[in-house]
Amino acid sequence: MSRTIIQVEHLSKAYRVGVEERKADTLAGAFWQALTAPVRNFRNLRNLRNVSEDEETLFWALRDVSFEVKEGEVLGIIGHNGAGKSTLLKILSRITEPTEGRITIHGRVSSLLEVGTGFHPDLTGRENIYMNGTILGMRKKEIDSKLEEIIAFSGISRHIDTPVKRYSSGMTVRLAFSVAAHLDPEILVIDEVLAVGDMEFQKKCLGKMESVAKQGRTVLFVSHNMTAVSNLCSRVIWLSKGCILKNGSTSSVISDYIKGVSGDAYSSVWRASQMLDKKIYFKEVKLLTHSGDIVKMGEDLTFNLLVSSIIESSSFQICIQLFDSNLNRLTTLYNTDFNINFNLLTGDNKFSLTILNNNLLPGEYYFSFSAMYNYGAEIFDHLEKAIYIKVLPEDVTETGITLNGDRGNIWFRLK
Amino acid sequence: MKSTSEGHLAGSSTIIIERRKAGQLIPWRELVVYRDLLYFLVVRGIRARYAQSVLGIGWAVIQPLVTMIIFTVVFGRLARVSSDGLPYALFSFSGLMAWTYFSGALSDASGSLVSNANMMSKVYFPRLVLPLASLLAKLLDFVITGLVMIVLLVVFRHVPDANLVYFPLLVLLLLVTTFGPAIILAAWSVQYRDIKYAMTFLIQLLMYSAPVVYPLSSVPVDYQLLYSINPLVGVVEGFRSSLLGATPMPWMSIVVGAVVAVLILVLGLYSFNKLERTFADVA
Repeated sequence: MSRTIIQVEHLSKAYRVGVEERKADTLAGAFWQALTAPVRNFRNLRNLRNVSEDEETLFWALRDVSFEVKEGEVLGIIGHNGAGKSTLLKILSRITEPTEGRITIHGRVSSLLEVGTGFHPDLTGRENIYMNGTILGMRKKEIDSKLEEIIAFSGISRHIDTPVKRYSSGMTVRLAFSVAAHLDPEILVIDEVLAVGDMEFQKKCLGKMESVAKQGRTVLFVSHNMTAVSNLCSRVIWLSKGCILKNGSTSSVISDYIKGVSGDAYSSVWRASQMLDKKIYFKEVKLLTHSGDIVKMGEDLTFNLLVSSIIESSSFQICIQLFDSNLNRLTTLYNTDFNINFNLLTGDNKFSLTILNNNLLPGEYYFSFSAMYNYGAEIFDHLEKAIYIKVLPEDVTETGITLNGDRGNIWFRLK
Repeated sequence: MKSTSEGHLAGSSTIIIERRKAGQLIPWRELVVYRDLLYFLVVRGIRARYAQSVLGIGWAVIQPLVTMIIFTVVFGRLARVSSDGLPYALFSFSGLMAWTYFSGALSDASGSLVSNANMMSKVYFPRLVLPLASLLAKLLDFVITGLVMIVLLVVFRHVPDANLVYFPLLVLLLLVTTFGPAIILAAWSVQYRDIKYAMTFLIQLLMYSAPVVYPLSSVPVDYQLLYSINPLVGVVEGFRSSLLGATPMPWMSIVVGAVVAVLILVLGLYSFNKLERTFADVA
């Protein structure tokens, strides 16, 4: 019977969120606000560290999370962005303190929250190995004994005495990961590190992780990469909105996750909550999918739109915008771009638009919709990030090589 | 399985993570464990400062030397500021030696947390090593200024007297005097970036508050005790007495200054310790 190595009890973490500032509506008011800005700024800055009971401005990144990890276990932690995964890891690696609750850990934790911490561009590769290694908690002696191994693993031995600023970003990452991979902690915490480097290097890293796990070390692995999670982990915790939604065997939790039975606000359907006092507005936008907000790579994306109008128009446009999970706009498309014309009548109108063979890489995306005239000369209605989708990996190359989200946002077939 | 617990942070001991009330004033045990990190931070600080510069470490000579020449012309020749009968060049350089270290280390250390915010938000280590590393890295410049001082003593054929034995003690006092305000400013500047902007200004003002360009003796005797509350007064004037020997060791100023410096240091450690736990959230 292996012993409990990490015990998390009723862990909560609150952050203070900014409250929207009132804008002055007169010149005198603006002037007064500018004058009093230092006082307000001071109050806001001071409040950064006070976690009072003022619920209005508190955001609970984690709320009453409890679980334990046995020695030698490889635990996966999954969840949408903002579910609290990174906060949990930050507390585990002592970067930030919990607001409530406690964690008891038996052994050294090394976090690979981000590789290459402390790297300085003016130092050589060799010097940065020492710098980075000591920051991660290694002793100089320990690094001395592993130096050759670290350099060999990184595969950049020829450039090891060159300042890191002359490296390509790939080389820097390889070196950084190489240091991190040679830490020998009892508990290894990994957050999406595998999203770095080229394919071959990624394989090397996964191999290293597996060997760490096989040595009987405990690994906490946070990832969006379900393939990697199901290959590596024996148990998975699914976090949603700061709480544990599911904690169980890898296969059952992942299949539930993929089914999208989450209580998340995001969804593939958007409905107007009330009648709107607008000439033209969206009543409903629906993405046709097989299972919730989950979309496969290469699939067609068909949107059914219900538009209510009090006027008739033949020059009405619908604009679709696509955003990645960091809310960078990826594209803007108008129905009229493709000679699709919508004839708007009074009352409810049903329209349908299909994106053929989406070439999105795995990841999370949002769609916004606008109803307008003449490329925005008049905008009747705008739905900001109304539809959320999660694109899952699919063997689109038919070679067994998975194109992952770390390749970027879109892919094209090469010939 | 290789055993590598030797040298590891907590070894196989148990760590409990919860909201801290208050920690030790100085986390000795952790500082010892992380002494290699401190060493490499010092090396990094020195290397990075002089990377890609033609003169490199030469800047540590030029800066105080040119300042001394300007002071000698402006304050020594034009304004005829008293220098206790010493050549003004020696007089001002001995003061500048302490001052240059203080101002350089203070501004480096006070910015050390903000400029390494990225590191603090990713890895745990005792945050105190950051300002400490700035302080130690600046000691190299201090040693070089010391060598210039020796050259100047030879050039001016000036021989220090027995007060020279107190020099190490004064260097220690200089370190304590610098470290206290440095960690207070470092900790607060994580939250209030105003400190960064105030630093240049503050340092300029501080220089005139210490007897760098003028001697302690030009302050009316009745006010000297009050004046010595500034720990820099004892340090600067002590440096002068120890290196040049023309004036007696200003023990009164040194003792008063040392008491104040230690109080500021304790206050600094206390506030650093209190603010430390929220650095990663606020930075």
